[in-house]
Amino acid sequence: MILTLWILSLIVFFAGQILPGDPGRAILGPFASKNSVQILDTQLGVNRPLLTRYLSWIGGLLHGNFGTSYSYRTSVEPFIHAALINSIKLALLAFVIVVPLGILGGVISALSAGRAQDRIISVAGLSLATVPELVTSIVLIVVFGVELKVLPVTASAGAGAGDLSQFRHLILPAIPLVLVLFGYIARMARAGTIEVLNSDYTRTAVLKGLPRRTMIRRHVLRNSLLPTITVIATQTGYLIGGLVVVETIFNYQGIGNLIYKAAEAKDFPMLEAGVLTIGVVYVLATLAADLLLIALNPRLRTGGSGD
Amino acid sequence: MTDITADPGGAAAPLGPLGPQMTVAVAATAARVGQTRWRLLLRRPTFLIGAVILVFWVFCALFGHQIAPDNPLAQNLLSANTPPAGAHWFGTDPLGRDVLSRVLVGARNILIITPLATILGTILGTALGLVMGYFGGAVDLVAGRLVEAVLALPAVIIAFLFIVALGPSVLTLIIVIGFIFTPLIARTVRAAVLTERNLDYLSSARLLGENPVRIMFGEILPNVMPAILVEFTVRLGYAIFTVASLSFLGFGVQPPTPDWGADIAANYSGLLAGYWWQTLFAALAIASLVTAVNLITDSIEQVLSA
Repeated sequence: MILTLWILSLIVFFAGQILPGDPGRAILGPFASKNSVQILDTQLGVNRPLLTRYLSWIGGLLHGNFGTSYSYRTSVEPFIHAALINSIKLALLAFVIVVPLGILGGVISALSAGRAQDRIISVAGLSLATVPELVTSIVLIVVFGVELKVLPVTASAGAGAGDLSQFRHLILPAIPLVLVLFGYIARMARAGTIEVLNSDYTRTAVLKGLPRRTMIRRHVLRNSLLPTITVIATQTGYLIGGLVVVETIFNYQGIGNLIYKAAEAKDFPMLEAGVLTIGVVYVLATLAADLLLIALNPRLRTGGSGD
Repeated sequence: MTDITADPGGAAAPLGPLGPQMTVAVAATAARVGQTRWRLLLRRPTFLIGAVILVFWVFCALFGHQIAPDNPLAQNLLSANTPPAGAHWFGTDPLGRDVLSRVLVGARNILIITPLATILGTILGTALGLVMGYFGGAVDLVAGRLVEAVLALPAVIIAFLFIVALGPSVLTLIIVIGFIFTPLIARTVRAAVLTERNLDYLSSARLLGENPVRIMFGEILPNVMPAILVEFTVRLGYAIFTVASLSFLGFGVQPPTPDWGADIAANYSGLLAGYWWQTLFAALAIASLVTAVNLITDSIEQVLSA
């Protein structure tokens, strides 16, 4: 896990270093004197050897110093912090909607495996997962924001708005994410459920005459949802950082949008810190999923009641 | 994401070191199985619908300029923002350009970039996956960590990290997306290779002292081909997703060249003024292309697993 993060830091750092042109020039603009550009470069430390720069960047990160933004000339930390909180709000809302929906879809499709219902859910899920949020966002805005005028089309309610109003503003941006994730979750839930349905203990439950509802609730659901947890964790990276497009269309100050703006402004410390933050969130989510799996699966843990 | 396991009983029967006649016979069987599958595919309505849509867009990509009713670049400020009507079926954009013509011609770039990027990623990913799966051990471990690191980030984010550094162009997009897909495809191919690795035909090839490169590409590759084919079509769908998103963000084809993503970016602020036709048709074009690829993918998957 540490190794993964370290490789990630290398990729992020060296991608930043192949940028043509020098940051001092980029900040001061084409009319600044050569001398002042050089002074600024020295101040920013960008004319030191590559390895020294990498070590000081990594050293800073380990001490909680994320670097100084080229554009704002202050620490990038507050920007990352605020954007991350915004992204987490949006991601949470999307999760709360999509997880039950995806599981429901997957279980229904598994219970009717091979029939029309199953095929429709599978193909629709797969298609929605690959229709860019760009497309769904536009369609949603046209339908709900412009034609029906029932929901606000910007994600931020503005300063001083109440929680309820902020929540209303987040509904429309959350839907494209729900549509993208639905297919993945349904697919995993379907696969898990089918595996359990074919297992010996399910057959035993059927043979001992357990009502279908009880069997599904007590035996099938409980066991089929384990693989779903993993897929939810692997989608966290996407939910936290992959929302550049949605955040741009709905004008939301999340971390995807922050990285996008930093990339446009060639603000590399901001860009690197943002990308690395997404990596850390992803790794933490994966770890949390592993721990949760251990907690939920009696075969992976020692002690505790099995229920 | 989608993990596809190789089909063990598969179409491509092992081309073992069993003498030339045997190989020929096996190859003939493989060809026959291939034909049957092709016929099965053509009988699936989902495949046909997908194929028709895809062929339509490929036709537009090739001959867009000829079939477009207007010059997609011709501005006419006097007829700016006109809603869909007789003269302009899909209306006009803020510069008075014909939206229908821009949508038709806009198919070109995405249909150049996505297949090439996916082919690049599939070739590199297959090579990497074969090496990882066949050698295992330290090679697998190191490459595996690299794959994990790349998977930790959303594709769009890695893409623009590199596109900012290299500058946006069609070639950059192809290379960057190809490289992003490499680890993803390698992971699938590796899994498929692992199921083949301990089968008898490979042990005998090893015992005969064939060199690893020949074993990997001559023996294993034909057997994991179905898995690679499915992976290719799945990735093609994602490539469309990624390219459309990147060009929307301004990292793709630059204006005034017609492009679905870029045109949406240029006009989506007009949505609030009610000019829905300027973005909706390009959005639906993207959706139809993605759906077509998915219908084809799903049919191929069904036929191969049947």
